[in-house]
Amino acid sequence: MFLGVDLGSRTIKLVAVKDGQMLQNRVVESGFEPHRQALALLEDFRPSKVVATGYGRHLAARHFADSVVTEIKAHAMGARHLFPDCRTILDVGGQDSKVISLTKDGRVANFQMNDKCAAGTGRFLEIMAGSLGYGLDEFGQAAVRSDQTVPINSMCAVFAESEVVSLKNRGLPPQDIARSIHLSVVERVAGMLARLGITGELVFSGGVANNGFLVKQLEKHLGVPVHVPEAPAVVGALGAALQAESVCSGVDA
Amino acid sequence: MSQDTFAIKSDPALWEKLDMDVERFSNIPPMLTGAYQGVFLEQKNRPRAMSYFDGMIENIFSGRIQEMAGAKEEGRPVVGTFCVYVPEEIVQAVNGVCVGLCGGSPGSIPDAEKVLPRNICPMVKSAFGFKVGRICPYFQVVDFVYGETTCDAKKKTWELLNEYVPTHVMEIPQMKRERDKRLWVDEVKDFKTEIEKISSKKVTYENLQDAIRLLNDKRRAMQRLNDLRHHTPSPISGKDMLLIQQIAFYDAPQRFTEKVHALCDELEERIAQGDAVAPASTPRIMVSGTPMALPNWKLHNIIETSGAVVVNEESCIGTRYYKDTIDENAQTVDEQLERLTERYMQIDCSCFTPNEERIGQVLKEYKASGAQGLIDYCLQFCHTYNIEAVKLRQMCEKEGIPFLAIESDYSQEDIGQLQTRVEAFIEQIQG
Repeated sequence: MFLGVDLGSRTIKLVAVKDGQMLQNRVVESGFEPHRQALALLEDFRPSKVVATGYGRHLAARHFADSVVTEIKAHAMGARHLFPDCRTILDVGGQDSKVISLTKDGRVANFQMNDKCAAGTGRFLEIMAGSLGYGLDEFGQAAVRSDQTVPINSMCAVFAESEVVSLKNRGLPPQDIARSIHLSVVERVAGMLARLGITGELVFSGGVANNGFLVKQLEKHLGVPVHVPEAPAVVGALGAALQAESVCSGVDA
Repeated sequence: MSQDTFAIKSDPALWEKLDMDVERFSNIPPMLTGAYQGVFLEQKNRPRAMSYFDGMIENIFSGRIQEMAGAKEEGRPVVGTFCVYVPEEIVQAVNGVCVGLCGGSPGSIPDAEKVLPRNICPMVKSAFGFKVGRICPYFQVVDFVYGETTCDAKKKTWELLNEYVPTHVMEIPQMKRERDKRLWVDEVKDFKTEIEKISSKKVTYENLQDAIRLLNDKRRAMQRLNDLRHHTPSPISGKDMLLIQQIAFYDAPQRFTEKVHALCDELEERIAQGDAVAPASTPRIMVSGTPMALPNWKLHNIIETSGAVVVNEESCIGTRYYKDTIDENAQTVDEQLERLTERYMQIDCSCFTPNEERIGQVLKEYKASGAQGLIDYCLQFCHTYNIEAVKLRQMCEKEGIPFLAIESDYSQEDIGQLQTRVEAFIEQIQG
């Protein structure tokens, strides 16, 4: 059995695979000492090999992982495993968002990541939800209840928060603001996708893909189907686990 | 040079004389010593001739400043510049000293932000902050600064910098038509008149010819070095090459040229013996874009600690500084100035429009260096390079060259993100 561990900015994801099949997956908060959290996760497993990915990959390599792979390659492998015709991946995680283009045979052809700010990331949505008094789950549900949109111009989390405050104080219902924030994120990620171009099947991974409203609006905006894996948050960890297995079987992906 | 003996020297008495903030500056040499040891001296199998350049760093705040202060006492002008468009041959002709003052440190940016807006180029802020904080001996030793109009942040900063140090400005046009050339030649002539006035020395055919030869020789030495470093496997690291190209802006030209040739001789031996800093299978990356001023080693350090080697810098602190030489066959001073201007007009900075020749130049260097991927490096808020990266991307797509555009500043906060991008890019190259 092989393990992939994705040490992200908000959560740590673990996937166990055997013979190319996902046996199980787990997600925990990153906490203050991510490598200890990850080690606790590993306790129940006796893997032949562990590959780490995510921001904490090098930390993991110092403590327990056998090797590392970047989240770009990990997402490429994971998404491709779940959707063999996938050529474009949108991953929106806690700290950053990325678009990855794949070649026909599944190698990374090109990628783009957001710059060093929270714009268009899970963190952005979290802050915006918080400023409206919603939990992250309620946030998307609130947006569904609205059919009114006001333009949100700021993509900087700090400026957008003040914009939200002024919208609240204009008396706008929170679900309208929630809807508007979702649409501004859709535009942002659609812009990133447009820069690299969408080829083949588009897969949306990362925790933010759990937000059904966002997925629907993105589909509407792009005019193409958006494929969301059953557990979108663990696609990177799955890719890392597959990498662990492929290296051992001598078939380097 | 052994890691334990390397130390950047201090010279508080000299700094005092130069009206520096000595107390604050005293922390810099030990700090930079530590950084240099980590970035440079931990590298394996460096060429022996690098010891001269290590020495230039040890003397960066003492010996070399002493030399410049000495030149000043002899009545030679010491001129600070910020751009490879300022013709140093003319300063050299009157036996003056030219020094590049571009700032590459985050340490002086808070000083600059007391005056300048925050959202402008980090290089301009860093340099301006060095002057405001009196924490750069080079800025303190220069008689005056010669700025130019290659970017908006710079040209407007000169107006403010003039309150701290005499700042002259040379107009560099933004197009390369015949009428722009006429303006340019006039600007070069004004520059000559100004330098003559300041130095009380005439620029003659003979002293200008000597200066042109001296600096042509320097540029040819750097061309030779860059050609050698293109060999696979790399006989020298990208970090060491970047360092040498940075030192080119403050070392004495003749000595520098000799030391570069000595290094070239050693690299030729290394190549003959198959001696290298990394195996031939190491992914080879070329860097293009905005300059990396001392002590900005951030991107090179990330690339080379992620298992790749940098094989070319298409940059002002890189090939743009030395790819062209001046025709030495002029018969009169006017002709010399024409030939000089023609050479400077070949520099392909993104501040020009159109600037198609740069795209071709990047491709040419890419092929010559045996690179397997191109990383375009753009300092934050450098709009012209940032926008020109779109054309580089298009060219790379057409040529099937893996391409990554990076926008960054001098802070350490984006190291994690940059590392991820660079490692993913290396994975992409490796397939």
